[in-house]
Amino acid sequence: MRAADLVTALVLMAVGVLVLADALRLGIGWGTDGPRSGFFPFWLAVLLLVCCLAIGAQAWRARVTKPFVSREGLAPVLKMLLPATAAVVVTQFFGLYVATALYMGFYMRWIGRHSWLAVTVMSLAFPVITFVIFERWFLVPMPKGPLESWLGY
Amino acid sequence: MGFENLVLGFQVALQPYNLGIAVVGIILGTVIGVLPGLGGANGVAILLPLTFTMPPTSAIILLTSLYWGALFGGAITSILFNIPGEPWSVATTFDGYPMARRGEGGQALTAAFTSSFVGALFSVVLITLFAPILAEIALKFGPPEFFAIQLLTFSSFIGLGGGNPLKSLVAILLGFILASVGLDIVTGALRLTFGFTELMKGFDFIIAVIGLFGIGEILLTMEEGLAFRGARARINPRVVWQTWKTLPRYARTFVRGAFIGFWMGFKPGGATPASFMSYAFAKRFSRHPERFGKGEIEGVVAPETAAHAAGGAALLPMITLGIPGSPTAAVMLGGLIIWGLQPGPMLFKERPDFVWGLIASMYTGNIIGVIMVLAFVPLFAAILRVPFGILTPLIVSVCAIGAYSVHSSMIDIWYMLVFGVIGYVFKKLDYPLAPLVLALVLGDLAENALRQSLIMSQGSLLIFVTRPISGVITLAALFFFALPLITAYRRRLRRSTVSATAETP
Repeated sequence: MRAADLVTALVLMAVGVLVLADALRLGIGWGTDGPRSGFFPFWLAVLLLVCCLAIGAQAWRARVTKPFVSREGLAPVLKMLLPATAAVVVTQFFGLYVATALYMGFYMRWIGRHSWLAVTVMSLAFPVITFVIFERWFLVPMPKGPLESWLGY
Repeated sequence: MGFENLVLGFQVALQPYNLGIAVVGIILGTVIGVLPGLGGANGVAILLPLTFTMPPTSAIILLTSLYWGALFGGAITSILFNIPGEPWSVATTFDGYPMARRGEGGQALTAAFTSSFVGALFSVVLITLFAPILAEIALKFGPPEFFAIQLLTFSSFIGLGGGNPLKSLVAILLGFILASVGLDIVTGALRLTFGFTELMKGFDFIIAVIGLFGIGEILLTMEEGLAFRGARARINPRVVWQTWKTLPRYARTFVRGAFIGFWMGFKPGGATPASFMSYAFAKRFSRHPERFGKGEIEGVVAPETAAHAAGGAALLPMITLGIPGSPTAAVMLGGLIIWGLQPGPMLFKERPDFVWGLIASMYTGNIIGVIMVLAFVPLFAAILRVPFGILTPLIVSVCAIGAYSVHSSMIDIWYMLVFGVIGYVFKKLDYPLAPLVLALVLGDLAENALRQSLIMSQGSLLIFVTRPISGVITLAALFFFALPLITAYRRRLRRSTVSATAETP
């Protein structure tokens, strides 16, 4: 927990430094028509750096032995995060409908250990229902890939 | 004056189309409130893109109904499954879950829904009375006053939010920094883009809400490995009627809860302390304080009344000042802007049909809501019996769809995922997420108010204290900012006096 607190504070400080640099580039003073673009971000970054230093100091002094995430806790988190990330990659190339079908199916089979019948039904039904609701009723287009263009959409 | 407007509002809210919208909103909202990882804020965020083609009044009715539904849904999971969906439902689990374990789930749910209804209704009545007055006052506000109110908004997160005040401040600053990414509309300069064209349009708070609250929450749920083993509730008209007969006994608890809720609730982050405070008061004034925590119905009534009074009150600053009191209200405010309405006091003059339709829909929405949840509790509770292997990909997919449909942009789905991980880490390290979202929503407004104020005063910050109204508000804000320091100092003082008296014989 302490290490995670320190790392987060450091990352946020890095963000603060980036913001500070860009604010200085934009100008933090008074322009022809009021404060310049960097004025607000500059003070935000300064405050952020000060706060993160203080949080870092607090974390340094604190004695917490509890880990940020336990070994048993990490596995289910990754089991959720990795397939979701993969699904986003698939969406990028093959569109959302194909991705949700594969994602639903994979997750239901791998984590849920459902029967192949349930897996097939759910992973086909969900994209189809989504398609009807979003593309047809509300006319909100979703990312599409080669399959949809082959079907004529 | 106000009364005629309310009648006008009811004419809008009672149109069959709008009533239908309210029913749909309540159902969806309750489902969202029951599902882990989906709460009021990101439920509203996900559905927001679907409202773009609706008339604004119907759209806001859908979103507020969703909000009420989510509040009701939270009570179901707290009582039957001992899982508080939102922080302000925590106090409801203290007595609600023991009741459900004892087989009195029906009574607990009836009490919870009725108290929610009473609390929300109390707030709505106060909103009806005070909103026009507040809007009238707010019309005289200039940029310094608006900036001062924003200061007050954020200071109350630090002073009243509990937790580490430094981390609250960091969350606020980060929200403002994220809000300033992209094109600066005043000077036309590109800020914090570092040459990446993708960053030019900045970060949309809707994506942030879906990621932080949706994906982040699911990651947390996964880690805790929650198995939903809920108590079953038998709820039928007889149980409802018998519970209702006992409730007038707690009239004082209702009134106290409603006042605490409203008073705490129109300031941001107020719902959670309000629910705990109301619970503590009910226990202190009870004739049987020892029964609290073991399944006392009054222990359900008190926090639920306060939490929902606070939930209603959070909408008051949103419609009158254009400053949201909660993340959900913040998302609705974003909706207002997207529908082409200018949030703030002028709305009462320019679009009375919208404002009063919204206020009237709060009455109808709550009435429909309490009837629907009482009637369909078993159905809603059944949702949590859907296996996790199906629920998780379903929720993640719905989040992704919501994130994409805001701008039809693929990169937003990636942002959502990143915000999800940030939300998970922040939640674990006690960085509060609500102020971050509020800062992201209000960033541009706050910066413009600050700039205009400084232009008025030619660079002097004293303008915030020398103008009477903004002076009072700024001083209040400074007090809240300093509150953690003051309490820490007083605690140290007390400790030293205690040890001093202990040493002297």
